[in-house]
Amino acid sequence: MAHVVIPVGPQHPALKEPVNFRVVADGEKIVRLEIDLSYNHRGIEKAAESRDFIRVLPLLERVCGICSHSHATCFAKGIEELMQLEIPQRAQYIRTIVAELERMHSHLLWLGVAAHEIGFNTLFMWTWRDRETVQDILEEISGNRVNYNMNEIGGVRCDISPEQAGSILKRLPLLEERIGEYVKMAKSQRTMLMRFCGVGKLSRAEILRYGAVGPTARASGVDYDARRDDPYLIYNTIPWNVVTDEDGDVFGRTKVRIGELRESLGMVRYCLENLPGGPIRVQAPKTAPSGGEILSRYEAPRGELVHFIRTNGTDKVERLDIRTPTLANWTSVAAALVDQNLADIPVIVAAIDPCLSCTSRLVVADRKSGKTGNISWNELRNGVCRIRPGSNRI
Amino acid sequence: MSGMSGSLSGNLVRWARIKSPWITIFNSGACNACDIEIIACLMPRFDVERFGILAKGSPRHADILIVTGRVTRKQASRLRRVWEQIPEPKYVIAVGACGAGGGVFEGLYHVLDGPECVIPVDIYLAGCPPRPDEIINAVVACLGLMEQDAAHGGKEWRQKQPAGKAGHASTGEGAV
Repeated sequence: MAHVVIPVGPQHPALKEPVNFRVVADGEKIVRLEIDLSYNHRGIEKAAESRDFIRVLPLLERVCGICSHSHATCFAKGIEELMQLEIPQRAQYIRTIVAELERMHSHLLWLGVAAHEIGFNTLFMWTWRDRETVQDILEEISGNRVNYNMNEIGGVRCDISPEQAGSILKRLPLLEERIGEYVKMAKSQRTMLMRFCGVGKLSRAEILRYGAVGPTARASGVDYDARRDDPYLIYNTIPWNVVTDEDGDVFGRTKVRIGELRESLGMVRYCLENLPGGPIRVQAPKTAPSGGEILSRYEAPRGELVHFIRTNGTDKVERLDIRTPTLANWTSVAAALVDQNLADIPVIVAAIDPCLSCTSRLVVADRKSGKTGNISWNELRNGVCRIRPGSNRI
Repeated sequence: MSGMSGSLSGNLVRWARIKSPWITIFNSGACNACDIEIIACLMPRFDVERFGILAKGSPRHADILIVTGRVTRKQASRLRRVWEQIPEPKYVIAVGACGAGGGVFEGLYHVLDGPECVIPVDIYLAGCPPRPDEIINAVVACLGLMEQDAAHGGKEWRQKQPAGKAGHASTGEGAV
């Protein structure tokens, strides 16, 4: 049978965000997947070069609305390391609490979306209802439901009062009970087992070859977590475990995320109970040292987030490069989809928890020839970015 | 629409449209925050379905287009095409600080302008991101605008007002 090309997106009932897939199919089986991610490209990296450290944090939070705290913390901790600032313990604890709450809200959101993709809307409603509890806690701490704006260079903006800590601790048992319910469901729910098991399988070797990160990698037995292997904040001093699984399919990724929900809840509880006293911020110098370079790594809900920062002695960065976890995971999706059923596209794509707003980067690389090239506005608009050899400007 | 108003079938369609508006969401270059808050509106706590509001994937089924974010150069033509596919009478809500007038992405190299550079916008809703209850309020304000438009026999009456964006000066409901 001849191959058929099925275009999906950028606006499509099954898509939440603009992305364009060209699915090459042979009957019901997928042969190849071509992806165009650049619809939401805005040019944040360039804009970051022209804003000082106070103004750049709100901008970086809006790389992605779902993991906003990740981007801001990743950048702030990189700059703080360059400035050789000692961040107060209390600020580090508060950053960790917000980071783990963010992971919980993101994983609950994902669980709902994945359930929605298999037509299990009851679970969708349940998880999003429980997510509201997390959102309430985040709103109480920071004043906003989604973009928290907790960080500043040198610490955090908002403190957690003992009353707040008490009221948050009181709400955690309900969440814990609900998470326990999801663990039970994942083991016994027939709908989930049938649609998740054996779908989008990736072996450990494939994960390593395609460079997947986060829960996608951990579900295939890759025991790697930036929180443990390159510790930042206070992760090496609090009790928690890296959750891994051997299944390697969508079901494995579900189990990893549900397991991480539990770990995150434990971390939030531990941090709130052992919140040290002291200041929540230190005065940061206005400028960063000249010629400083740092690769700041952070385990965002979707996987390892990398910010490369180069400073030049001013109050702005000279270069900021952001590698978001979703960008690292796309190649593994293209590999996982081969030979799968057409109807499983949504659930396999959703299994990496794609976040396209963060992913829309402009990457021009030709490793073999090492050439770079010009891209005209027209090409950028139409998504046909070709490298023109001979020129030296991107 | 104006040709139908007054007739029984016209009144029935008008009644049904206002009692159950269907929305379609278009991310024209947002950071996702507005999008998840819009989806949170569909969830048990806010549950807009009790007002008959339903999120649809296809613009051909929609009455209201919710646009989030500033318009990127690449999304501009797609936004226009999606808007053209919505059957008349169609309404557009620009959600978020980006769409309502600036936001953090103002002036970035791949960002054109607010959605009004491509399509007419009826309601502007500020906030980064607006809370779900504010989004519901914007949709309800849009329904009010629909009702007024139906009474006037079209959208033209709003454009005859002297100054301001659509709905701003005259009804006080345009900006939420």
